[in-house]
Amino acid sequence: MSGVLASMIDGVLVGAVYGLAAMGLSLIWGVMDVINLTHGSMIVLGMFGMYLVFSAFVTNAYVLLLPVMGAGLLLGIVVYWMAVHWVVGRSILMSLLSTFAVNMIVIGIGTAIWTTTPYNVSYTLPGITLGAYTFTGNHIAAAIAATVIALALQLFLYHTRTGKAIRAVSDNRDAAELMGISTTAVLTIAFAIGIALAGTSGALVSTLFPFTILSGAVYQLKSFVVTILAGLGKPFGALVAGVLLGLLEGVITPFIAVSWIPLIEFGLFVVALVAFPQGIFGKRAAA
Amino acid sequence: MKQLTLISLVLFLFVSLGFGQQTITIGFTESKTGALNVDSVEQYRGFELWRDQVNAAGGFKAGGKSYKIQFASYDDESNSKRVQQLYSRMILQDKADFLFSPFSSPLTATAAVVTEQYGKIMLTTGAAEGKTYTLGNHYLFQMFAPAPEYLKVSLDALKAKDPKATVAFVYEDSSFSVAVVTPAKAYAQQLGFNVVFTEAYAPNTTDFSAIIDKVIASKATVLFGGGHYADGSTLARQLYGHKVALKMLTLLVAPDSPQWVELGDAALGVSVPSQWEPQSTFKAQYGPSGADFAKAYTAKYNTPPSYESAGGYASGLILQRAIEQAGGIDAAKVAAALNATDVTTFYGATKFATAANEHGLQIGHSMVLAQWQKDKSGKLVKQVVWPLSGKSANLVYPMH
Amino acid sequence: MILRRPFFWIILIIAAVFIYWPLHGDNVALREDLILVAIAVILASNLNLMIGYTGYVNFGHIVFYGLGGYMGLYLATVRGWNLILSALVAGVVVSLFALLFGLAILRLRGAYFALATIGILQAVQAFVSNFDPWGRSTGMYLSFDNYQPLGGAMHALWITYDLIIAVMALSMILSLLVKNSKFGLGLFAIREDEDAAVVLGVNATVYKAIIYSVSAFLPAVAGTLMFYKNGMIDPSIAFEFMMSLEGIVMLMLGGQGAVMGAALGGGLYETLRSRLLTSTTLSEFHLVIAGGLLLLVVLFAPGGLMGWLYRIVPRARTVIE
Repeated sequence: MSGVLASMIDGVLVGAVYGLAAMGLSLIWGVMDVINLTHGSMIVLGMFGMYLVFSAFVTNAYVLLLPVMGAGLLLGIVVYWMAVHWVVGRSILMSLLSTFAVNMIVIGIGTAIWTTTPYNVSYTLPGITLGAYTFTGNHIAAAIAATVIALALQLFLYHTRTGKAIRAVSDNRDAAELMGISTTAVLTIAFAIGIALAGTSGALVSTLFPFTILSGAVYQLKSFVVTILAGLGKPFGALVAGVLLGLLEGVITPFIAVSWIPLIEFGLFVVALVAFPQGIFGKRAAA
Repeated sequence: MKQLTLISLVLFLFVSLGFGQQTITIGFTESKTGALNVDSVEQYRGFELWRDQVNAAGGFKAGGKSYKIQFASYDDESNSKRVQQLYSRMILQDKADFLFSPFSSPLTATAAVVTEQYGKIMLTTGAAEGKTYTLGNHYLFQMFAPAPEYLKVSLDALKAKDPKATVAFVYEDSSFSVAVVTPAKAYAQQLGFNVVFTEAYAPNTTDFSAIIDKVIASKATVLFGGGHYADGSTLARQLYGHKVALKMLTLLVAPDSPQWVELGDAALGVSVPSQWEPQSTFKAQYGPSGADFAKAYTAKYNTPPSYESAGGYASGLILQRAIEQAGGIDAAKVAAALNATDVTTFYGATKFATAANEHGLQIGHSMVLAQWQKDKSGKLVKQVVWPLSGKSANLVYPMH
Repeated sequence: MILRRPFFWIILIIAAVFIYWPLHGDNVALREDLILVAIAVILASNLNLMIGYTGYVNFGHIVFYGLGGYMGLYLATVRGWNLILSALVAGVVVSLFALLFGLAILRLRGAYFALATIGILQAVQAFVSNFDPWGRSTGMYLSFDNYQPLGGAMHALWITYDLIIAVMALSMILSLLVKNSKFGLGLFAIREDEDAAVVLGVNATVYKAIIYSVSAFLPAVAGTLMFYKNGMIDPSIAFEFMMSLEGIVMLMLGGQGAVMGAALGGGLYETLRSRLLTSTTLSEFHLVIAGGLLLLVVLFAPGGLMGWLYRIVPRARTVIE
């Protein structure tokens, strides 16, 4: 097991979680052309959600993902009707600002309740050791969970009625209306799923490191990068793009100082935006 | 008769004014919101405990007058943009007589620009960066031992145990950690250690897997670094998860927090340079003993004091002593008294540099190295392991 | 001619008030409050050129301020140049930088452009954190000697304040000039329907690049002045994403598109935040209140204050622009 290979594997594991974090953003953007700036705060709420249920029922943290996901769905419905429904279809600035406003409110309330003390979910799975290198159990489990959820989402979008309705609305809202699909219901559900995905990724991340109410910002930025690399509306593409991003980090790190990684990532991000309008997998929504 | 009453009344007034109750206003900002919130609160509690004890005793006496303390304090949002506005306000509107610094070096540097303009004395605590004192100041006084001192204790302790160790520095790319590690690396090389790996990670890094793989590849047996709580605790946890074979791990700031025990097995054996520990056995020439301070603090806040709290309380103590020595609150006299300070309190020795190119730098106070060890009942406790003259237990090396 | 527009004189009056009010009684505390308001107005006004006039949402606007701060401070301290010269050169260099990057990213539309500006902000911050001559992550510190050329710290801060007020006035005058020019009409056309504008002969690529570059100049100058006053600069305070977002909030509050809108929004938002911070009861909730206010404006009054004013007093449009 060489250092570079170990680094690459670690990168893939971390990347799967980046991908899961980006899926919700990608879905919402693709379906309703809204850039959800509450994304980061929803990830953080997922972290705190996991913390709360884990403190109450000290059991397998991965089983506890389910109630967190459920809470995420409910929260998504609330946020949709509070801020998003009224700005869908209007200028991009409106949706950016209304979701940003909700973000400020959530962070403000969160700081008042939890302050900026770091919180911990102390649940550790044994890792796998190969030579001098060990891959932590939590990272492996998180990557597996992310992949399972992505596959489940893919199945949902392509093999259920609701999923197909969501894709229809995403392709052409007016035509879908004409076909008798209730776009309001579909948009609500799609947004709720997007939030639930964000929350779930937060819940998974909470097992990896101590978090505070401010921890969502980094993941939100990563989600933007991954979503752009993947292209919109293809959530599974987000998972793959996330893995590739993690892999890239893993390949570069052994050779240069890690403090250069953010520059490389954001440089890549801008280049991808400008030079590859279609992303790796997906379509571009109408500008 | 009426005249006598009038005269005695006037005399009484003069006398009571002479022993009149004065109030000293001390201004400072607190990071009630934003990333620095947790540590800033601990610093604030140190200030508050000192103030409450002084006022409960009816104030302290200096130059024939009795002084009570009141605070003028605002939230700086952990943001330097607000600091200058708020310090100006405290000096000009709230008429602060003296200032304490915000928490953290960058905010303190910004505040210093304002306090120096007005010739107001500021005691800085929670700020270890030494650069601010080289810029030509007259009224800054640093309570914390400066950054280059931090890892000296770790390197000295290591030298005594294993002079042939291979050392790695992995630290947060921010002004405090850089100010600590840069001189530490030079000192390590001076002591003859083989420094095999040095790298800084971006602040807010949450995943260290890749950098840990590099540490493993470098075959380092000792690691020093970290930065603040979030990254330090994550680094420790992930180092443990990756089963890195380290014989010693010293991280900045993070392991000093009582929350450190939440890391479970990953917490054991980790050491931290500290400005002060409850086990420190300094004989206080002035102010309460360490035990009394810790007891009063724990009684009031239901949690043991951290070194940020100790620094806060000590700031008040040293200021009080200087005012007593100066016989009043005249800024020039108090500054002279502070410049002449050379005293040991529960917090340790305090002495300020007076040369113009480093005025206010703390030159008396030294750090201690604390390590998390298991006591007889298996509980995790912090022990002071260096310097040998003040230790409460021996350094456990290798740590596992 | 610009002198005919009543609002030009209103701008001068506002600037005069800013300069003379704190002088009365040497009121430094007021000056500190007002300088933050002035910076808010500068950032919001220049942002307005992109968002309000051209319809391109710039999320990374603060990069000009931070980069200007670094460039100017480097010239003024390490190179020992005169402060005003350093600020102006910083402004020019940052504008050129904006032109360069603008040409690349301005072909993007809508949300993609917004994201690209975020990418540039983060990339620049990451670069500066690794850049040795500018102090890497520690940044640059000013020694108190640096204030001597301007007569010592106290005096220097008054001069810096006056310079920033001048920049504020210039920002508003710039907005006014652009608004009433043919160039400005071209920008509005791009905002309304870029493709139609191109068909009608507006050279969109050039116009966008110019305005993006122009919108970088004054914030860069202001950045040099503010960080000079601050006494130090480091990557985390120079490139605060939150400040970028606050600029957009201010525009929305005041009313994007109107010159006074940017100024009013900047002034009100900054004052509100300052009051909330120093109030003992509400300071914990300042983020919640600011967020709630923004949400209400977006949902119910997207034209902001000026939009509301123009609706109830249509004649105001000609006077307060």
